[in-house]
Amino acid sequence: MRKMLSHGIVTDDNWTLLDQPEGNLPSGNVLVPLSYWLQHRDDLAQKDLAQHNGSIGVWLDSHEEVEALAADLEKLPVIAINFPKFVDGRGFSSARLLRDRYAYQGEVRAIGQFIRDQLFLLQRCGFSQFSFADDLDLEAAAQSLNDFSDGYQTAADQAQPLFKRLRV
Amino acid sequence: MYIYDQYDQKLVDERVAQYRDQTNRYLDGQISEEEFLPLRLQNGLYIQRLAPMLRIAVPYGLMSSSQLRKIAQISRQFDKGYVHFTTRQNIQLNWPQLAEVPDILAELATVQMHAIQTSGNCIRNTTTDQFAGVAADEIEDPRPWCEIIRQWSTIHPEFAFLPRKFKIAVCGSEEDRAAFLLHDIGIQLVKNDSGETGFHIYAGGGLGRTPVIASSIREFLPKQHLLTYLDAILRVYNRYGNRDNKYKARIKILVKAWTPAVFAERVEAEWAEILAGDVNGVAQVTETEIQRVKSFFPVPDYKAVDAAAVDSALQAQAADNVAFSRWLERNVRNQKQPGYASITLSLKPAGVAPGDVTDRQLESIADLADQFSNGEVRSTHNQNVVIADVLKSQLFELWQQAKSGGLATPTIGTINDMICCPGGDYCSLANAKSIPVAEAIQRKFDDLDYVYDLGDLELNISGCMNACGHHHVGHIGILGVDKKGQEWYQIQLGGSANKQAALAKVLGPSLSRDEVVDGIEKLLDVYVENRLEGEAFLNTYQRIGMDKFKERVYAQNA
Repeated sequence: MRKMLSHGIVTDDNWTLLDQPEGNLPSGNVLVPLSYWLQHRDDLAQKDLAQHNGSIGVWLDSHEEVEALAADLEKLPVIAINFPKFVDGRGFSSARLLRDRYAYQGEVRAIGQFIRDQLFLLQRCGFSQFSFADDLDLEAAAQSLNDFSDGYQTAADQAQPLFKRLRV
Repeated sequence: MYIYDQYDQKLVDERVAQYRDQTNRYLDGQISEEEFLPLRLQNGLYIQRLAPMLRIAVPYGLMSSSQLRKIAQISRQFDKGYVHFTTRQNIQLNWPQLAEVPDILAELATVQMHAIQTSGNCIRNTTTDQFAGVAADEIEDPRPWCEIIRQWSTIHPEFAFLPRKFKIAVCGSEEDRAAFLLHDIGIQLVKNDSGETGFHIYAGGGLGRTPVIASSIREFLPKQHLLTYLDAILRVYNRYGNRDNKYKARIKILVKAWTPAVFAERVEAEWAEILAGDVNGVAQVTETEIQRVKSFFPVPDYKAVDAAAVDSALQAQAADNVAFSRWLERNVRNQKQPGYASITLSLKPAGVAPGDVTDRQLESIADLADQFSNGEVRSTHNQNVVIADVLKSQLFELWQQAKSGGLATPTIGTINDMICCPGGDYCSLANAKSIPVAEAIQRKFDDLDYVYDLGDLELNISGCMNACGHHHVGHIGILGVDKKGQEWYQIQLGGSANKQAALAKVLGPSLSRDEVVDGIEKLLDVYVENRLEGEAFLNTYQRIGMDKFKERVYAQNA
């Protein structure tokens, strides 16, 4: 089974990422594309979801706007954000919007080409799970979550800037 | 100047450890070239034509004498004993070894310095006026605000992978000495009718291939909202800036495409959401923090000075010594405090690449700062070094020492004080060399009386259209271009980086390296023949237009 980092721990990744689902969804936990979700969400929520053997989450590409999911967040246990290239930083903002603006409580998962050396920043923006495209030593990678002990700014993990918490 | 507390220091130390681990993994083959690229760039390391180049951050240009001495030591230990001052007030090492960079960064951290975000597609060093704190026309000292921005931008989790590089400048005075309208964000300190400090925010300026003067997007931002508003601008840019084409990826292209008005609306909408989510205002900058940071920039304890006596003594010294009088005229600037002056140490002697200094000179600068000021210096975007708060009664002694250190070339603000990028001698992006052009101009115009007669003249040289030498805003701009493997130089006229910012216009077909100096001389002849009494080159150009200059330069080709 594929592995991923979840809240800093190496765990099984028992979700199937669907690029272009057709017909009935496969059984098990699946991540469907945003466009598919938007087209089928009423069916999925009422009919298929009830019958589906597993959970349904949504994945967004880097250019897709999380605002589109604003009404559906409570139905989604996982929202995955794809990094087509690791230097495409739009996903950092997507995660912060999910956490800060919509107070999304589910898992925000990074998928695609992000790299280990971004983990600290991704975590601060609200990502809780990391499913790497390539095989790598996840135990070693998890160390990068702790590259820094703190940060100056407000972010998804910290509503107050450092000066307000520590310099009073 | 700002002194790190335990939190600042820890962050910089952790950054060194992080980059050391990344370098080790890269050298072990665990990080690919492609993945290592932005990691090393965001720690200041470029791979250049001849060797790696390390750009050290000098936050808003301010440095202490102990920092200068540390850089001198680093340049001896890890490099060839000289460094380069850049047009963004930073310092570059030209020949460091990639494997030794973590050690260099660790050395820098011992004097509260780093190279974080000095390159790469992230928020770069915030720059400001080299006369901050002592300028007579200042509304408020911009440096505390620069420091607050520095901390906010340092390892910002959301904005480390922007579409392109991002530069912020803060201007605290009437006259603009920070070229703030040529930045991705330009921040002007202003007071509202109640006397409260706030910010006039501009966005979308920049040089490079497509030079643009920034547009006003908010006339008054209350100070406590500075960081949330910057977050809003950066978020809009991070989400909607062009990522397909690096030449269309700067924020200026987005502002232009949307129009400044629409861009401003989008930022306001994003900001309103951020504020709505911050119900208790916890993300705002507090008065406590503002006062804490301001306390690092105290007004010095100026002595009461008999200004008239000092001035007449200076005049007597100047009358006796022509070289000193020239230096006084060009390199010394009065401060608002009577009896005090700011002096500019020139890094532009003929025969040396503009902005280059040796390790010994760095130590001389440090000594001067300790002996004649408060141990602080300011680097300038014109690639010189300023020492402020010098007692005028000590200027003669300072000048003698500066002269023996090769730091007293009396040409500040003249044609020989050109801004010049490293160009084809060092930079892998360059289309043409720029340093030899600067040198040829300095050698040609070596008659100081002629140079002084020409007066204030900004000549800026870039070796390629990325415009590190700010050629678009030179009164005379020179741009190196490549034509079928040959180096050619396009001449531009009429640029200006002050508050009436203007972009230079192209004179005509490019000149060969051999023709450049001759062409410049003809431009200067046209100016001298046409100027009105006391009129500077730029004003003559604005009055008489391009044609007379053009006719003269290209006459032989007709």
